[in-house]
Amino acid sequence: MVPLSYYVALSAILFALGALGVLTRRNTIIIFMSIELMLNSANLLFVAFARSFGDVSGQIFVFFVMAVAAAEVAVGLALIVAVFRNKHTINIDEVSGLKG
Amino acid sequence: MLQDYLNDYWPIAILLLLTTLLGIVAIGLGYLFGPRRSNKRKNAPYESGMSPIGPGTRQLPVKFYIVAVLFILFDIEVVFLLPWAVIFKKFVDEGLGNFVLIEMIIFLGILLVGYVYAWKKGAFEWD
Amino acid sequence: MLYSMDDMFNILPTVIVVAWATALILVEAFLPKKYKFITIWLTVLGLVVALVAAINQHGIEAEAFNGMLVVDGFSSFLNILILGSGILAVALAVGYNKRFGFDRGEYYIMMMFSIAGTMLMSSAADLIVIFLALELMSIPLYIMAAFYRGNVNSEEAGMKYFLLGAFAGGFILYGIGFVYGATGATGLSQVVTAINGGVDSPTFLLVGAALILIGLGFKVAAVPFHMWTPDVYEGSPTPATAYMAVGAKVGGFAALIRIFVVAFPTLSTDLVPILWGLVALTLVVGNLVAIAQKNIKRMLAYSSISHAGFILMAFLPYGDAAVFKSSVAAALFYLLAFAITSFGSWGVVIALEKSEGKGLLLEDYAGLGRKYPALGVAMLIFMLSFTGIPPTIGFAGKFLLFKAVMEGGYYGLAILGVLTSLFSAYYYLRLVIIMFMKSGEPNIVSDRWVTLVTASSAVATVVLFMVSTPLFAWAEQAVLKLF
Repeated sequence: MVPLSYYVALSAILFALGALGVLTRRNTIIIFMSIELMLNSANLLFVAFARSFGDVSGQIFVFFVMAVAAAEVAVGLALIVAVFRNKHTINIDEVSGLKG
Repeated sequence: MLQDYLNDYWPIAILLLLTTLLGIVAIGLGYLFGPRRSNKRKNAPYESGMSPIGPGTRQLPVKFYIVAVLFILFDIEVVFLLPWAVIFKKFVDEGLGNFVLIEMIIFLGILLVGYVYAWKKGAFEWD
Repeated sequence: MLYSMDDMFNILPTVIVVAWATALILVEAFLPKKYKFITIWLTVLGLVVALVAAINQHGIEAEAFNGMLVVDGFSSFLNILILGSGILAVALAVGYNKRFGFDRGEYYIMMMFSIAGTMLMSSAADLIVIFLALELMSIPLYIMAAFYRGNVNSEEAGMKYFLLGAFAGGFILYGIGFVYGATGATGLSQVVTAINGGVDSPTFLLVGAALILIGLGFKVAAVPFHMWTPDVYEGSPTPATAYMAVGAKVGGFAALIRIFVVAFPTLSTDLVPILWGLVALTLVVGNLVAIAQKNIKRMLAYSSISHAGFILMAFLPYGDAAVFKSSVAAALFYLLAFAITSFGSWGVVIALEKSEGKGLLLEDYAGLGRKYPALGVAMLIFMLSFTGIPPTIGFAGKFLLFKAVMEGGYYGLAILGVLTSLFSAYYYLRLVIIMFMKSGEPNIVSDRWVTLVTASSAVATVVLFMVSTPLFAWAEQAVLKLF
């Protein structure tokens, strides 16, 4: 068996990569993908813990997270497409009209 | 303990190595000994296929996107249907069959509402 | 492990809102264009029915769905608050959405779903349900922020809100993962049992709690997680802003209180210094940056950030159960005061807003007090209430909060609160001076529903101050079962 700590470390690395991606990338689609990476790193954490506890509630949570992520994809992509139609760019810096 | 676990993966590692080697050998041999006579037809993306229209990064109509999103939304719900179907019999044995059935009907009913809405709003019309 | 219909009855108000909103989707899909206004009336009707159910339910203490949801005074207080807010938000939106050409029924349906999410957050007693409720509350808000189709600012606001909201959701989820890893449970009561029994890895627990705090800090717009707030508040359609200012705060604080009071009382020594810093930063940044704003929507955004700081103050007397009770009650009371004042002031903003973002600068308010004395006086009352000057409910809120914080022994923070309130008086009262002293010719758009909301909020701000003692007693009653 791979020890639990390996999974936790892997998920922490994935989460950090996702968070870094959100903070450093400028393309909204890539930012969005980074957010999905964060959610999925949490999924890995849940599955790993659930497996080590022999408890299913963590695994069930992953189903819900996947459904929520799908809903977020639908709404998020719709918003990005709407902005793209208007501004013809998906670079977050070029979208910024609201400042003060 | 971890060592034992990883030992199981030796065959896969050997397979990976072999397939990679095979690929390199095949391409390398072709590169070394194969004749090179290039012409326009041979350099086309699909040799003896249909000729491509426009650049590869052209924009797709947004209707593809709507279909894709609807697919994701309704597709992911199977994730709840499958475990439900697996344990359904146990619930029936415990006399809770009706309850679990009604629960799933409510769930599918909510999905159906979304489907009907998308339908009425014309999300499924291609033109 | 058996469910019964009692579970459904116990959460009846939430069930009504969800079922009603789902049915309204069908109504909206099949109604001919001419009768679209019916959706609005049906929304209001649904919210009123749910409100009646929520009031009727007051005093019931129960668990539902195997302890996934809890119905107690706390949840019914917040349910009544958010349902009332929803009705006000619909009234603010009707005329505005028509004026700017996006009067679609989906707006109200989205709001209903968001309200359902907030209601679930106030009664969720399981980390899974808290996450789901949070997303149910947030996703419709992203759509509402971007509802003004074709308007660049609105779409940008929606996208920014979405990206940062989803980012925050990731933090909360990861935090929940660590709490689950430390305790092996997601139900709050099981989490407490596990913590009291001693956990193997206290670090996991602490990291989890900190991540949840960060994520919910985003949702309630506490500094340093506030960057999205001014942009989103400015770009969104004003009625959507008015709703999200209150709705997201109510939901976020409901979850914060429920999680941190019920599940993590033992972490107080580690969390109090972090919270202290968070509160101090939020108060200072919110109030100081607000002074520099020229756009009223941005000014109110920073003002709402600073109010999040005031409400967060209530978390400081953490270890001291006796004081903590009254401070959480003060937080609930403050939320109520903030909601009423906020809706009123956004109503005034809506009355003055013209197309293409005109009429939103502070100087556009010049002469308002002379030309429309009633509206000017209403805005004066709201500004006094935001500042915390009697005779307004805002004063009662701040007074009770500072009192609880002082009882907890956090004199420094209480002094900081009073000082930043003085700063805030500068920009709130500057607006009053512009309204009454400067000359100008503002034109308001007459909209009877907005007028109604503004007038009733103004009256409520003053009248509820008179009855603040029984109101606070109600809030205290509400938090009693929480501990």
